[in-house]
This record gives sequence, C-alpha cells and structure tokens, in this order.
Amino acid sequence: MMLTLIVFGLLLSGCLAWFADNKVLLGIKLQAKWLSLLAVLVLSCCFLLLVYCSEKNFQQLQLFARVPWIRSFNIDYALALDQLSITLIILTFFLAVICILVSWQEIQKKTGFYYFNLLATFAGILGVFCAVDMFLFFFFWEVMLLPMTAIIAVWGHEKRYFAAVKFFIFTQVSSLLMLVAIIAMAYIHQQQTGDLSFYYQDWLMLDIKLDVAQYLMLGFFIAFAVKLPSVPVHSWLPDAHTQAPTAGSVLLAGVLLKTGAYGLIRFVIFLFPQASENFAPIAVTLAVISIIYGAKMAFAQNDFKRLVAYSSISHMGFVMLAIFSFNEIAYQGAIVTMVAHGLSSAALFALAGIIYQRVHSRNLTDMGGFWQSAPRMGGFGLAFAAAAFGLPGLANFVGEFLSLVGAFQVFPIMVIFAALGLIGSAIYAMVLFQNTFQGVPSKLVEDLSLREICICSSLLVSLIILGLYPNILLRYSFGALL
Amino acid sequence: MSLLASLPLYPLISFLVLITFGKRLNWAIASWLSVGSMAAAALCSLFLANQLSLHESSVITAHLWQWFSIGSAEVNISFYLDALSAVMILVVTGVGFLIHLFAAIYMKDDENFSRFMAYMNLFIVAMLVLVLADNLVLLYLGWEGVGLCSFLLIGFWYQERNNVLAARKAFIVTRIGDTAMAVGLFLLFKSLASLNIAEINQLAQTTASFTASSINAKNSEAYWAALLLLGGAVGKSAQLPLQTWLPDAMAGPTPVSALIHAATMVTAGVYLIARMNGVFLMTPEVMNYVAWLGGITLLTAGLAALAQNDIKRVLAYSTMSQIGYMMLALGAGAWSAGVFHLMTHAFFKALLFLTAGTVILALHHQQDLYKMGGLLKKLPVEATLFLIGLACLIALPGTSGFFSKEAIIASLWSSPTAGPSLWWCAILGALLTSIYSCRLFFLAFLGKQRFPKTRVISEHLETSKLLRGALFVLALLSIFGGLVTIDLSSLFLTYQPGIINRSNNPSWLHLVAIVTPFAGILFSWFYYKRYRILGYKPLRASQNPWVVFCRHGLGFDTLYATFLIKPYCFIAKLNRKDLFDQTLMLLAWYIGIWRDILSASQNGHLRWFAAAFGLSMVGLIFMVIL
Repeated sequence: MMLTLIVFGLLLSGCLAWFADNKVLLGIKLQAKWLSLLAVLVLSCCFLLLVYCSEKNFQQLQLFARVPWIRSFNIDYALALDQLSITLIILTFFLAVICILVSWQEIQKKTGFYYFNLLATFAGILGVFCAVDMFLFFFFWEVMLLPMTAIIAVWGHEKRYFAAVKFFIFTQVSSLLMLVAIIAMAYIHQQQTGDLSFYYQDWLMLDIKLDVAQYLMLGFFIAFAVKLPSVPVHSWLPDAHTQAPTAGSVLLAGVLLKTGAYGLIRFVIFLFPQASENFAPIAVTLAVISIIYGAKMAFAQNDFKRLVAYSSISHMGFVMLAIFSFNEIAYQGAIVTMVAHGLSSAALFALAGIIYQRVHSRNLTDMGGFWQSAPRMGGFGLAFAAAAFGLPGLANFVGEFLSLVGAFQVFPIMVIFAALGLIGSAIYAMVLFQNTFQGVPSKLVEDLSLREICICSSLLVSLIILGLYPNILLRYSFGALL
Repeated sequence: MSLLASLPLYPLISFLVLITFGKRLNWAIASWLSVGSMAAAALCSLFLANQLSLHESSVITAHLWQWFSIGSAEVNISFYLDALSAVMILVVTGVGFLIHLFAAIYMKDDENFSRFMAYMNLFIVAMLVLVLADNLVLLYLGWEGVGLCSFLLIGFWYQERNNVLAARKAFIVTRIGDTAMAVGLFLLFKSLASLNIAEINQLAQTTASFTASSINAKNSEAYWAALLLLGGAVGKSAQLPLQTWLPDAMAGPTPVSALIHAATMVTAGVYLIARMNGVFLMTPEVMNYVAWLGGITLLTAGLAALAQNDIKRVLAYSTMSQIGYMMLALGAGAWSAGVFHLMTHAFFKALLFLTAGTVILALHHQQDLYKMGGLLKKLPVEATLFLIGLACLIALPGTSGFFSKEAIIASLWSSPTAGPSLWWCAILGALLTSIYSCRLFFLAFLGKQRFPKTRVISEHLETSKLLRGALFVLALLSIFGGLVTIDLSSLFLTYQPGIINRSNNPSWLHLVAIVTPFAGILFSWFYYKRYRILGYKPLRASQNPWVVFCRHGLGFDTLYATFLIKPYCFIAKLNRKDLFDQTLMLLAWYIGIWRDILSASQNGHLRWFAAAFGLSMVGLIFMVIL
C-alpha cells in the first residue's frame, strides 16, 4: 500500500505542481520547483522508512501489493521489492533531487508542465523497478517514455524535435518486441497450467523449451539492449542527450539507462537462464564492442554532452559484459557500475549544464582555460572526469574492477579487449577535462554558485563514499541473483 | 590508530586543507602546512623503520577497513611494512620532505602556490599508499593516484599548450602500462584466487598449475602474469617501449621533476617488480626480458642524453638510464642491489634536479646548455653541489652511486638470467654516463659565459638559507648514503634449486667496472675540449642528422605518432558521424522517400486515381489468372 502511495504520490504531486504553479495560496506564491522538491524529499523519506521499518528480508522479492486489475486477462496490479530494486530506487530518488536542483534556473518556460513531466518520468521509473506483473511493468515502461519524450521535445536545444522523435521511435519499436514476448509468455503459461498469467513469480516456474525460450529471450533482450544502450542500437542516445535539457540528460544517463540493465538482470537472465547462457558469447561481444566503440566515439566528439553520451555507452558495456558473465563477482560489479555510472554521468551532465548556462555553448572549441576564472568548477570537473576514467578511490573503479575480474574468469580474451576501454576512457576524459579547463583562458566564467556547489559536492561525496566503502552496496550479497 | 596507518594521513590532511582554502592561505601558512606535514611524515617513517628493526617478525601491519571482497578473497585497506617498504617510505618521505622544502621557496611567487603544494602533498600520499599497500588493488590505487598527480603537476602551468600536451602524454602513456597491469591482476586472481601480495608470493611458489603449462614453459600463467606486471612497471618507470613521456614531463616546474625522478613515480615500477619477486622468480624467461629491457633502455637513454641541449632533458634521460640499471639488477635477481641503487639514485638525482633548478632560476628560466657556460665563477656553491651529484651519477669511488652501481654490475656476469652480454651493456652504459655527465658539466659550468652580461643572478635565491640547506643535506646523503648498507636479502626469495649459477666471475671484472668512469672522463676531457676552454669560438648545437635523431629520443615519438596516434585520430575523425547511426538513419531516409512518393501520388487529380485504379485492376486480374 505504502509503495503504491509513493509511486502514485509522485504522479499526483506532479499534477499538483502543474496546476498550482504560479498560483497564490495564503499570500505565498506557489512555485512548481519548490513543490516538486518537497514532494520528492518527503516521498524519498517515506520510501527509506518503508524499507527500514520493514521486517522483511529483501534477499528475495517481497510482495507489497497484489490486487486484480484486469480480471478477464488475469492481469494483476502487483508490486514487489528486493535488494536490486531498492538500490536502484534509492539512486532514482537521489538523482530526482539533483534533477530538480539543476533545473532550478535553467527552466523558465512552462515550468508547471515541466515539473509534471519530470515527476511523471520518475513515477514511471519507480514503477518499472517494482512492478512484478509483466503487463504492469510494460505499462510503467511506457509511462516513463512519454513524459521523457516531452521533456526533450519541449525544453530541449536546437534540434530537439528530431532527437525526441528518434528517442521515441527507437524505444517504442523495441518495446513492441517485448510486448510480443510478454504476450507469448502469458500464452505459454496458459498452455502449461490452463490460466493466463502475467505474474513474474508464476513465469519463473515455467518450463520453456529452449528453442522457444531463445526467441522470447531475444524479444526482451532487444528492448533492454536499446535502452541500455548497446551497439548497434545506441544511436538514439547521443542525440537525445545532446538535445535534452540538463535535467533530461541527468535523468536519461542516471536512471533511464539503468532500467535497461535492470531488465536484463531481472527478466532476461532470470526467466531464460539457459537461453541467455547460450546467447552470452554474442551479448559479451556486443558489450566489448560497445566499450571500445563508445570510448573511441567519445574521443572524436567536439560537443561536451555528446562526448559524455558516448562515454555512457562505453560504461554500460561493462554492465552488459558483467551481466552475461554468469559470475557472482561480475554481478556485484555490474550493480556497483550501474550506481556509479548513474552518479558520475549525472555529475558530468550537470557540469555540462552549468557550463552551458555561462557560455551558451556545448562546443569544446568554445571552451578552454576555465580553471583560471572558475577553480572550484575545475576541481569538480577534474574529479568527475577522474570518476569517468575509473580512478581508484571513486565508485566507478570498484564497479569496473569487479566486473572485469569476474568476467575474466569466464571470458578472458574478451576482457583483455574490454580492458582497452580503460585506455580509451583515459583519452576521452583527458580531452574533455583539458579542453574545458586547461589551455589559454578564452573567456571569464563565473565560478559555481552555492546551489551548484551543493549539487556537485553531493555527487562527489557519494562517489567517494561508494569508492572507498563499496560494502554499502556489496554487503547485500545479491544472493538471489544466482 | 597505529603510527603506520597515520603515515599517509599527514600529507593528506595538508592536501585537503590546502585545496579547500586555496588562495585564501598566505605563503607562510601554506608552506608551513605542506612542509610541516612532510616533516612529520619523515619523522614518522624514521621511527617506524627503527621500530621495524626491533620488531621480531620484522613486519608491521595496520588494518583499516575492508574495502570490498572479490568472492571470498578480501581486499582490505591495510598497510604492510617490511624492510623493502621501509626503505621506500624513507626515500619517499625523506627526499620528499627536502624537495617540498625547496619547492616552498622556489615556487614562492607563483600565484597558485597553495594548489601546487597541495598536488605535491597528494603525490606523496599516493606514493605512500603504493608502497605500503598489502594487496595489489590498493597498490593499484596508489599507482593510479601517482599517475593523476603527475598529470596535474606536469600540466601545472596549464595555460601553455605544450605543458598541457606533455601532461596528457604522460598520463595516457602510463595508463597503457597500467591497463596491462590491471589485466595482470585479473590473471593473478584467476589463477591464485587472491590479490594479497604476501599470499601471492607464497602461492606462486606452491601452486603447481600456476607455473605449469600444457604447451611449453613460455606459456604458463606465471609467464603471462609476470609479463603483464612488467607492462605496468615499464609504463611508470619510463622504460622501453613506454619511455616517451618522461623527457616531455620536464614541462612541469623543476621541483616536480625532482619529485617524479627521485622520490616517486619512476621508482614505482622498480618497487612493483621487487615486491612481486615471488611471481617473477617463477619465470626466468621474464626475468631475462626484464634484464634486457633494462640493458637496452640504459644504452638508448644514455645515447639520447649525449645529444640533449636542455639541462633538464639531459637529467631526464639520465634517470631513464639509471632506472635501466635498476631493472637490470632486478632481472638478474639482484633485488637488494636494485633497491639500493633506487635509494642512492633518489639522493643524487634530487640533488641534481634541485641544483639545476637554482641554476635555471638564476639565469631567468634559461634551460639551454648552449646559452650557459662559465657558471663555475658565478655560482660556485651550486657548481660544487652539481659536481657532487654528477660524481655520484658517474659512480666515482667513494660516492654512494659507486657502491650501488658496483653492486649491480658485480651481480650481472654470473647471474643465470643476465650474463656477460648484459654485463658489457652495463659497462658501456657506465661509459656513456660519464661522458654525458662531463659534457653537461663542461657546457654549463666551464668555458665562456654565453649569456648576456646584463642578466643578473636573482638575489632572493642567494639569500635563502633554507634552499641551500635542503641542497646540502641532499649532497651529504649523496656522498655518504652508500655507507648505509641495507640488507634485504632475507626478504627476497632466491632461485629454485633447479637453476645453478654460471661460471665464477673472472678476476678482471671488478677492475674494468671501476676504471670505466675514469676512462669516460678522460675521453671527454679531450673530446669536449672546446666546451671547457675559455675564449673558444661560439658554440652551437650540432646539426648532424644522427645527433638530431638521438636528441629526439631515437625516433620513438615519430614511430608512435605514425603507427598509433595518427591512425587512431584518423579513424575517430572519419567515423565522427557514427557509422551505425548513419546506417539506421538510412532506414529513416528510405521510409521518408516512400512517404514522399506515396504522398505525391495523393495529389487529388482524378486522372491519377483513375489510372491507379485501372492499373491495380489489371494487376489483380493477372494475379488471379496466374
């Protein structure tokens, strides 16, 4: 019940923010940004309370709500949590606060509608992370897509319309494949037990023939691989990232991509263990190509946000590599990388937004020597670039190291190629940092304001904490995963 | 908290304070803080080293917290101090302290003084973590930290493009080595299921599958693991083929060069190999490669040093060459001698760099040897100090360099993994060393004054007693440091009984090794006559193509630019638009074409519709008939 309240509370407070924006109540002028910040803070506290006060052991999926929704098709409204989803939901809430803070001054038009879209996306993402009825999962999957498209299309940069359509089509076409697979699974359930069922736990009991399972697995895999994204279906990401407003990029890189990784773990690996193990060599090859190709493409970019977008592709390659290694160490690495990348890429996009507000350009050739006038910004830029290239002591290193160590047990040659990504990441991170902050000072820029320092330092502190004490995440054995 | 755990904490605290308050701290506070923290660390390590010799198990450990665990193997943040790391922390903090003291005065007028000192402190922190780490992952943390700090310090004057490029080059080139090392860690973990250094050294001896191989001895896991670790060492220690970053790293301020070359960074690779001796001993082939790498590097670097015009670049190449000696020693299994040379080299190289720094500052940032000359009269104290440093570098009898270099050379001939040919390499290298050292001294301090008379020597340096003090201490250490015999032999494992030493050393070896430096000096005395005689005609750098080739580091930069950098940039530029995206957008374009065609057909003209209707009917009828 509580969980439902939190998910729909986000949606409702989004509506509230939309309608109450710029209205005067009791002599106070209501502002959407304050309302949504308050809502996110309250709801995240509620969520933390819910988890801490719960007596349940989250090693296994724990059901929180299950009521019939569409009786004729035996579709339920069912929400459940386990350690994986709790971790990702906490990340989502944290980045929700960051998203609202980075939009604080950037968004000036249609603020009410903007915050509605932002909160609706978060509600959708939350739903995706805790839905265990597959129809409901698909519903939330679509819920997070539409407002995200709107954010890109309305508040984006110069080519926003194109980017929004591209984003929409890529995700939509791939999720259609997933829908087909979902319906087929329900049908198989009917064949085997006599009832239609969309319930995840029921599906786990199914015994699917390998040849059928292979096709169904592929249906899910493609949907999640597009979201992750993996080469060769990654190309929506650079456009969407580049054109989205800052909060949109933070949201996309920080949590939206993680829904892809979450889906791979929860549905592809768990529902079709045998089929995905057979598929692993191909998936791992795609992952390694993503790592190297993403790093190489990032190096070639002149656009700050585009560079970071390609680096995301490279980082998410590590996640896919780890997931398809079928190794406990690698799984832990995948989870740490997911969280770490969520924080570090969010940080870099926030930085891109901060710089864009000052120089009104994303082009690296328009930048240079910012350290002179903005040393604090430079310091944070250095730290975030260091996180991106995996400096030990920051969270990304732990994730990448565990992923690679784990994957090496299974695919040693592939990991050697993937390790080239470490060199590639050093190259693009250097290009990014040096072109922005070093060299001859081209312009004088204002140093960070208090709000921006709060954003940057909260991200940096969490990166350092997770980097030096990753047991916060790892003490969950994620035993249920194996 | 134990004393050991607090050792890296002093410079770390200083770093944090300096970086937080930045320019708000004035010079006095910033320098007291950074230099004071280094003094504390140096005293602390002296105390620890003293304690170590009393300690019965001769190992001090400090466990801080569990970092993470890989499967069942724990990776801890914990420190491990034995005789080897004790030598290292003494060098790092001791020499580091003197360099900090020097830097505080040298960099006094820089507007980013506190940032500079903060980076220097962080450099020391990273290096301390590196040498104290009890597992390879923590060592890797220090390892990467050192890389990052060197990047920041080389590019400290970031407004000049050359410095930025040099910093980038240093970082990326060493990162290539680091990546090899990371893969080495994966392999070690796969075969030994541990990343703890002491455990690995143990397990490497006892795990049969580690050294055994199905194909041949050259393909065992130990072989590859050692080779990959060597890759990391080669990157950080600037050995062939990853040596190209070191000469360019001279772009940084002079104290940084001293720090990189003497106390930190380049010694890391030597330390790594010495530390992982258990793994290296299992593969004599790789030991042999290490020796050859060292031998070839010391010769090529010596040749390159002969042709340099820049005083700092001569010293840079000489570092490369001296590290080559250390590698040679490690490859020959003379672990103690290698580490001993590391220590003495730290003393005299710091002395040389810092003295060179005062000279450069006195000449208003003139680094070109051909624009110096006759400085013996102008700067007699500096000249004497420099001469002491060079005497150690040449290994004249009595100096510290003599003891350590002789120890290395003496171990080569009969070593199973080195041998006479490498002994000759070392001797030839010693000859080259003494020739380029003489050339350096003649050009800078003797001969005719080749800089404008009006250029006065800066006064504030002359008066600074602290600056001189740091140099004097280093000079004393350089002369007498060789008397501190360090015995690490109990620490290192020895060869498997299967390998027996070769024939005994012939009696003339020792004599040749002692005479060689003098031969070099004698040769230079006559060959470089024009450099030291007053009133000789104006000097210019030689334009002989071979000399120019050597001056540019024997073409390695060009080689890498042609075969690695340019292709990478070319492919990156070529595919900037993203091939996959283009292919997918082709689909969109194709659909767009069809949309245009179809929408063009919906033009509202009755005759079009009639024609379309008629044609479709014909088509339908045909289909039905067929």
